[in-house]
Amino acid sequence: MSESKAHIFRHNPRSWTHRKERIAMCFLRMMTYFIIFCASYLFLDIAIKGAGTVFSSSFPFVNVEFLSGSPQTLHVFEWQGEKLEMSDAQFRAWATANAIDAAGFKTDTYAYSGGGILPAIIGTVLLVIGSMIIALVLGILSAIYLSEYARDTKFIRAIRLSIVNLAGVPSIVYGLFGMGLFVLYLGWGVSLIAGWFTLAFMVLPIIITASEQSLRAVPKGFREGALALGATKWQTIRTNVLPYALPGILTSSVLSVARVAGETAPIMFTAAYAMRDKMPWEADSVTGFFTQGVMALPYHIYVVSSKIPQNEYTARMQYGTALVFMIVVASIALLSIYLRQRARERYRW
Amino acid sequence: MMSQKNNFPPTLNFEIPAMSEQTIPTARTIYRPTATVQGPGGDKVSIEVRDLNFYYGEKQALHGINISILEHEVTAFIGPSGCGKSTLLRCMNRMNDLIDGTRAEGQILIEGQNIYDKDVDVIELRKHVGMVFQKSNPFPMSIYDNITYGLKIQGRKKKRELDEVVEKSLRGAALWDEAKDRLHESGLSLSGGQQQRLCIARAIAVEPDILLMDEPCSALDPIATARVEELIHELKKTFTIVIVTHNMQQAARVSDKTAFFYLGNLIEFNQTEQIFLNPSDAQTEAYVSGRFG
Repeated sequence: MSESKAHIFRHNPRSWTHRKERIAMCFLRMMTYFIIFCASYLFLDIAIKGAGTVFSSSFPFVNVEFLSGSPQTLHVFEWQGEKLEMSDAQFRAWATANAIDAAGFKTDTYAYSGGGILPAIIGTVLLVIGSMIIALVLGILSAIYLSEYARDTKFIRAIRLSIVNLAGVPSIVYGLFGMGLFVLYLGWGVSLIAGWFTLAFMVLPIIITASEQSLRAVPKGFREGALALGATKWQTIRTNVLPYALPGILTSSVLSVARVAGETAPIMFTAAYAMRDKMPWEADSVTGFFTQGVMALPYHIYVVSSKIPQNEYTARMQYGTALVFMIVVASIALLSIYLRQRARERYRW
Repeated sequence: MMSQKNNFPPTLNFEIPAMSEQTIPTARTIYRPTATVQGPGGDKVSIEVRDLNFYYGEKQALHGINISILEHEVTAFIGPSGCGKSTLLRCMNRMNDLIDGTRAEGQILIEGQNIYDKDVDVIELRKHVGMVFQKSNPFPMSIYDNITYGLKIQGRKKKRELDEVVEKSLRGAALWDEAKDRLHESGLSLSGGQQQRLCIARAIAVEPDILLMDEPCSALDPIATARVEELIHELKKTFTIVIVTHNMQQAARVSDKTAFFYLGNLIEFNQTEQIFLNPSDAQTEAYVSGRFG
């Protein structure tokens, strides 16, 4: 140690303060890595196992039947020394082609393990779009009332408190509420529209709270400036407040989209069918479209992983569905992020 | 106090601080008040406040204010923070209505009409009484859209008409030369002083009779301030202007009359020269000579 180096500011890595600093940093870093590890494991596990079902090694590189068909029974049997797996429709066509009586032919059958999940994909997309529209319209309108019009009274404070508390209600409670109100009392039956409203009610608290905060974050000057020019309150809100709150509102809706797409409990009594051959657009009338039940990806995962005997064939279906589900949710979330980005660029402040 | 008054050479207090002398030579020639501070518009009363009490909830912010503001004059409100000068200004276009729990007693007559009457349309009132805020608040849209905002919400959408108004307002706010080539750029791309003049342009685009200015220069540098003050001088030919300011030199430079407020009371209201050179109230004198506030 030379004399000149021993100044009072000299870094001493062995001091207890520095050690504590390093330990704290390491601990925080390890926690973060641990979470990343768990998440990656989860996603990779689903992606690797699901890829076998969703993708194929030959052209067109995706499993067309899985992505474009309805769930069917899987037939597994031996034929001329070869082990064959066919979904019900394929099996019948094959039997006809080979002049075999399909009903008399002995095969091992596995429910839901053949065919595809297109009705569930469509059903989930429909549920997400419909319920998000309802939730955004209702949520933004109430948020505008709460942040711009309502005076700060005890009653309004009570409303706000209940909204915040509603965000913590378990989703199964929303499911039962939806069944009680929409399915039974209003007589909508197990239907798309009952599912939309149930899911919308579930995410309304998040959307209202976030929208209200986004509206409040818009600078006071935008409001005062417009009002001082003789704009009415509603004109002010419509032209000079809401557009600038939109990016914030859409941020909250990204979270809500994931929640709406992912929840099983609210739709199991209100909208979801375990099995439905018809595609949603094959409804016989316009009202029929809204009052039909649909398949949905999370509910389908629930059905194939707990309602039928488990074996290697159902496992393929589960992983495949889970992977498609993750991709669908990610795409819808990306779409909302894209919309938010557009809104941000248009209404930058 | 008497002796001090005698020491006042009549023009001394109106010297603009040395700082601005070099940078803005026009400021002195323009803002030196003339000997007669009679307003160019004559004696027509534009705003008359009668026995105005104003409350924020339980707290009384204005106590029995009586003041008459003449047409085509610049009236400055001065006083320490919290004295009620901004509150009074914001009563004049009822911007205080936006705050929960506020209450006004008394009358403010504009065009002979009490604006606190029940049958008054606040929207129409605010078209008549424009306002420029302390913090320049251009909307995050193009300069063109900023100025036409007030017209568009009135449903006036003809492009030729709007184009004319934009040019007229920008010229009126002395911003045309700087902004004419960038009308479709964001209003936020302007400098601070330009933004404030844009807000003035936006306010005069709807052709009010009265312009209220709430500390319009408090966030501007001296040069930008000088330009806005120069502008105020021009604007009073067309508008009645009421300006709240913390800056006493500014009040002295731009205003014809000055009102001094303290603790929610109007202490003294007179020709600006009188207020600064020969105030009749001891509190006013203490404030304008910088002994408190």
